[in-house]
Amino acid sequence: MLRKKMNYFPDEVIEHVFDFITSHKDRNAVSLVCKSWYKIERMSRQRVFIGNCYAISPERVIARFPELKSLTLKGKPHFADFSLVPQDWGGILYPWIEAFAKRRVGLEELRLKRMVVSDESLELLSRSFGNFKALVLVSCEGFTTDGLAAVAANCRSLRELDLQENEVEDHKGNWISRFPESCTSLVSLNFACLKGDINLAALEKLVARSPNLKSLRLNRAVPLDVLQKILMRAPQLVDLGIGSFVHDPASDAYNKLKATILRCKSIRSLSGFLEVTPRCLQAIHPICHNLTSLNLSYAPGIHGNDLIKLIQHCRKLERLWILDCIGDKGLGVVASTCKELQELRVFPSDLQGGGNAAVTEEGLVAISAGCPKLHSLLYFCYQMTNAALITVAKNCSNFTRFRLCTLDPVKPDPVTMRPLDEGFGAIVQSCKRLRRLSLSGLLTDQVFLYIGMYAEQLEMLSIAFAGNSDKGMLYVLNGCKKLRKLEIRDCPFGDTALLTDVGKYETMRSLWMSSCEVTLGGCQTLAEDRPMLNVEIINEDGQIDFSADEKQKVGKMYLYRSLVGPRKDAPAFVRTL
Amino acid sequence: MYAVAMSNDATADSPESDASITMNFDDTELTLGLPGEGRSPAGGKSYAKRGFIETVDLNLGSSRGNANTHVSNNSESQNGKLPAAKAQVTGWPPVRSFRKKELERSSKLVKVAVDGAPYLRKVDLEIYSSYEELLKTLEKMLTCFTLQGNDRNKVGGRVAMEYVATYEDKEGDWMLVGDVPWKMFMESCNRIRLMKSSEAMGLGTPTNSCISIRKLKQNIKRIQGV
Repeated sequence: MLRKKMNYFPDEVIEHVFDFITSHKDRNAVSLVCKSWYKIERMSRQRVFIGNCYAISPERVIARFPELKSLTLKGKPHFADFSLVPQDWGGILYPWIEAFAKRRVGLEELRLKRMVVSDESLELLSRSFGNFKALVLVSCEGFTTDGLAAVAANCRSLRELDLQENEVEDHKGNWISRFPESCTSLVSLNFACLKGDINLAALEKLVARSPNLKSLRLNRAVPLDVLQKILMRAPQLVDLGIGSFVHDPASDAYNKLKATILRCKSIRSLSGFLEVTPRCLQAIHPICHNLTSLNLSYAPGIHGNDLIKLIQHCRKLERLWILDCIGDKGLGVVASTCKELQELRVFPSDLQGGGNAAVTEEGLVAISAGCPKLHSLLYFCYQMTNAALITVAKNCSNFTRFRLCTLDPVKPDPVTMRPLDEGFGAIVQSCKRLRRLSLSGLLTDQVFLYIGMYAEQLEMLSIAFAGNSDKGMLYVLNGCKKLRKLEIRDCPFGDTALLTDVGKYETMRSLWMSSCEVTLGGCQTLAEDRPMLNVEIINEDGQIDFSADEKQKVGKMYLYRSLVGPRKDAPAFVRTL
Repeated sequence: MYAVAMSNDATADSPESDASITMNFDDTELTLGLPGEGRSPAGGKSYAKRGFIETVDLNLGSSRGNANTHVSNNSESQNGKLPAAKAQVTGWPPVRSFRKKELERSSKLVKVAVDGAPYLRKVDLEIYSSYEELLKTLEKMLTCFTLQGNDRNKVGGRVAMEYVATYEDKEGDWMLVGDVPWKMFMESCNRIRLMKSSEAMGLGTPTNSCISIRKLKQNIKRIQGV
């Protein structure tokens, strides 16, 4: 019946209908309906998302999606962010660029996360794709400003160059002067993570000839007087990242800036303040009432009353990233001012664990009471109580992302000295749309029972120093049907938990287990049973002898499903079983 | 209201109990083993919950013996306080290394006093890699302050001629900026004073007064940005 109806439409019509289907999940679903739809979908797919670069090869991606224009690639596992993955583990971009260039893919956009990007790959990229428009690098490494120079010089239609928190070797940048005079198409430029000097004159000229520039994030090397000149050229900016905000508030330059900022009526997002003279912040107040996004997480220079005064002007804030020196009191001000708040991230300012600047459960409770639209949270705190979490769960049932991190990873509820099981249990029971969860504090198997029972939409779970036994991990694997990513460190989960439901891992993207109780034998059993999984043992200190006792504990294991078998670029310390 | 799968009554105790993490689950303790096997096999390994303290406190001797949990144990363990609270574990708190490096960036903030200015300033010596960069910033500060001064100072941009950069070192002596290598200066500098050069003429010991004057001139040249 359906077949008859769909034959009525020529392929072009179906393809046109598919144009309206943009989410990756939906397009994937569409491609599974029938052969004809599979074919139409694959020939018309322009945006491809690959959550694990080792799950597939570039050749196969091109073979299936020849019209590919936009690619998103993720490399290293998430725990690589926290120095748990050795330097040369992998996630290398070059082979992808090489393959795409060889097959003349019309690549226009590339978004990368946690990948190793060499200058060679950037150079090849810049020369191979004439229509290249957008490069977004998040938490990547391996390149220098020379690579950026190549992109600037050769990508004639470049619209977006967005560098977020990358480790870039700075060869003291003349890279920005490599943008040709003819380059007038820039919409977004973010180089805040670069450490070195920048050619300020070239930067000003570039901004002056980019009428479409909407987003500009500067690094520390751009002083306040140059900022003023740039803003004169680009009053249309929507997103601004300030580098250096240091000046004598009594000076002409500062007064000029104050006046110029008043012209920038479109700014909705503000970040940076990498160095700051607090008394200069007054200049910013006039634009605060329009801000929807504020990121002060790299601005330890803004604290105390200056910070509070600033926030009191920001009534429309939807997203706030802040340091914990804001304190519980400051969070109280946020709660009473920012009624539209949807996402809050509170980062630690003192990593030595002094705990002086930290926030506690009080701040979080205040926020939950004052901000009804809150759905995304990252909260580093000195302590947390079950009572507070239960209150938060009652106040805010909309959480989709809930990540809590106590500075002492096994800190119990300081009032009752009990584990935080009940608190997190309340969160998962109340927040039915929860997709991402990170736990910390003293936790037993009980919390995992709650997660397995209630967290039906959970896709990503991060666990550290928690649980008593294999039961904990089993509760999660059995209960969370939508689980895609599970990362575990320093928990007493062993082979029994690992091997009870081996088919589960093929429904997931990946599993990371480090400093747990899994043995070499257990991992080998899993690998033999499931050839579609790559079970990697990371053996950086050479502790594991693969020919010997299979009861050896495995320090770090990373397994992921893959269509292309063990990777060929694994370094010597990585063994795929 | 939440289904309790196992009794946790064995857990802590009175509020006065030591904040030690090694809670005793004893009878409710689950162990790893094949179904039907009893507890405490001959191997003797305890599969009880790995407390944080076992991971972190090297003195107890971790049963794992693998070096994955790197710890720098620089804590005092007096009055029953959890030593682990102060020890540092790899990757905890879970903050991106980029962000961590930014936070750990030490800053050496020193006060800068400019003769005649109504208030002091501060500079972070860590962000400079040479005298040149520092003096550029100091010159900017001078411009901020002195351009509000009287006309005499504004003549032909020779403002900077009036000032000499000096600093107080760790021993409390006032020294001329520029004499020692940059790194040494950075480590020994407590604060900076931009002194009116009319006052500075007396600087330098008798033995190297010639050198002092030369350095003075060099100093002034540098401040001018020549």
